[in-house]
Amino acid sequence: MRMLGAEVVIECLKKEEVDIVFGYPGGAVLTLYDALFKTKFPHILTRHEQGAVHAADGYARATGKTGVCFATSGPGGTNLVTGIATAYMDSIPLVAITGQVGVSLIGKDSFQEADICGITTPITKHNYLVKKIQDLPRVMKEAFYIARTGRPGPVVIDISKDVFNDILDFEYPNSVCLRGYRSTFSGDSAKIDSVVEALEKAEKPVIFVGGGVNISGMSEEIRKLIQMTGIPVMSSLMGLGCIPSDLPEQLGMVGMHGTYAANMATIDCDLLMGIGVRFDDRVTSLVKNFAPKATIIHFDIDPAEVNKNVRADLKIVGDLRWSLPLLCEKVAGRSLTKEQWASLEWTDIVQEWKREKPLSSSLPKGGIRPQDVIEKVSELTQGDAIIVTDVGQHQMWTAQSYNFNKQRSFLTSGGLGTMGYGLPAAIGAQITLPDKAVVLFTGDGSIMMNCQELATVADNGLPLKIIVMNNQVLGMVNQWQRMFYGQRYSHSSTKGCTDFVKLAEAMGVAGLRVTKPEDLNMILEKALQMEGPVLVDVLLPETEDVLPMVPPGGRLDQMVLRGGI
Amino acid sequence: MKYTLTVLVENRPGVLTHISGLISRRAFNIESIAAGPTEETDTTRITIGVEVEDEFELEQVVNQLSKLINVIKIVNLTYVDSIQRELALIKVRANKANRSDLVDIVEIFRAKIVDVNRETLVVELSGEESKIDALCEVLADFGIIEIVRTGRIAVSRGPVPAKEM
Repeated sequence: MRMLGAEVVIECLKKEEVDIVFGYPGGAVLTLYDALFKTKFPHILTRHEQGAVHAADGYARATGKTGVCFATSGPGGTNLVTGIATAYMDSIPLVAITGQVGVSLIGKDSFQEADICGITTPITKHNYLVKKIQDLPRVMKEAFYIARTGRPGPVVIDISKDVFNDILDFEYPNSVCLRGYRSTFSGDSAKIDSVVEALEKAEKPVIFVGGGVNISGMSEEIRKLIQMTGIPVMSSLMGLGCIPSDLPEQLGMVGMHGTYAANMATIDCDLLMGIGVRFDDRVTSLVKNFAPKATIIHFDIDPAEVNKNVRADLKIVGDLRWSLPLLCEKVAGRSLTKEQWASLEWTDIVQEWKREKPLSSSLPKGGIRPQDVIEKVSELTQGDAIIVTDVGQHQMWTAQSYNFNKQRSFLTSGGLGTMGYGLPAAIGAQITLPDKAVVLFTGDGSIMMNCQELATVADNGLPLKIIVMNNQVLGMVNQWQRMFYGQRYSHSSTKGCTDFVKLAEAMGVAGLRVTKPEDLNMILEKALQMEGPVLVDVLLPETEDVLPMVPPGGRLDQMVLRGGI
Repeated sequence: MKYTLTVLVENRPGVLTHISGLISRRAFNIESIAAGPTEETDTTRITIGVEVEDEFELEQVVNQLSKLINVIKIVNLTYVDSIQRELALIKVRANKANRSDLVDIVEIFRAKIVDVNRETLVVELSGEESKIDALCEVLADFGIIEIVRTGRIAVSRGPVPAKEM
């Protein structure tokens, strides 16, 4: 069928079963937007290209499907950069389609020209510049294939304006032919036997799950493994949701703001099994002091992750959808009891750590404590909401205090730590899951980084609940300045005239404010019950620190705890 | 430790950007890089000379490069019996008085003189890097004006090509 290049793009999206795109029009994509108009293909207009890419990311995280966003050439493309990098760091399947200037204008510093392929090379799984319409169907097919297979990631397709206007007899390829790309699924099964043997021999084993478990949807497998073996399990920020937080073996998050039990277990364990993790520096602190007594087993789909940060004694390279069921099967085949897999002594020690120093707040009861806000929302939503955060103190408090129960229920910028991620990501999640409660925890700093998207929320009538943890400081910066920079609070105060309730209302979102502790529960309940979008501005004391904290360069058991240790 | 990697890549626009982008982003210590067409029109062959601390670092270089979509295959030729060569063109000062000395040196190194004029001559030499280094050192006494080197290329001995290794 003969059609315009712009229509080819839309047809390809349909073939890839894309149900919605997020974007912002502009000169180089006018023909593409004209095709959207004519085909009535679902599209959400955000108020900034960064909003579009984060929304596509939130959509992808909440569903596992590939998120798609559109932007024009030049500034349109460069505004996507932060969002692409965010998706890249957290392995999120994303296809970003940007317009490029006409073929004859490329390289001439033309109006709204930027080399988006050059710019995004280090932050994409792959990228393409399309200058000939004949290449378009193949490139679209390859881009989606690359984005979602293997270790997922973002792919940029930069399409010259001329290509959108050109005509092609459209035929979508049935398969891709990429000589240099194999999305590995299965690995060496014999190595799983070695893992089982190592687990049998271990006296103090611990399991450490990460984002890979969320991505592969293997939380049920992890739960099985823990139920069979009773081995204590901890999580990275990206792994939250994979293990129900009420499981007794669950130790919570490990790392800089990890729990006492998880961090102590890491230092003391004699076997650490990392599953779908990349041993980020926020987890390991100084690598040489990470799990110093342990045999390290590393499960990951990406061979380049193994031995990158932490040297593994046993490497299981392959899709977790292959390795974890096989591991469960082999563990089940052994005649060991739960008590034999993880010795009673070890599980007692770990439980004692959990009891000894649970997470707490330094603030007196009676005031509004950030943890209370999150715990209340946790109670009200019963772990059945999609929780989205921005970046900073509120993010860590959410990670620590919300009782996650389901995979893909926690959307947060883990690797890149992108302030401004939350609101648009929550939009993406809410659009694809309209009947689900979606709650955004954000800060007075983060919300301002993409607050224009409140307009997108209102215009689409999204029943999003936005909770601004407003301590009137850039909390995490403030905390570091308090702890490591002699309380010199350089430019970390946001005290001013901004009225978040009015801001919300101006954009068409209802606004509520909590100033008194006794109102907290009532207002949160009210907000969650309201039909449409609501922003709740919760005024918090400014000096609460996120604790425990492992000071930079410290060892995981050298945590600063409440009252100090 | 120095290693020689043969990297077979798709002959497509943007491939070298992806490779050089990766090398700089991951801060890999690359000594030399030489690219050119091969017996297959759709394949480009790149020889990369890399200096790394240990085998773990080398593993990272190989694994990260392998992740690039357009990289078809990587072969570590360091431990394979192979021939390694580099081509150099050296422009050196030469006058009537010392030209014959230069010719002697060029002969000893089995190099070639490919351009002569009143003040300079250009010497062409192919060989292992150490041989080129040695010639450059000797020619330095005459006054080197400029040096161009291709970076090393390598091919294994015997009938098996890199793509089948």
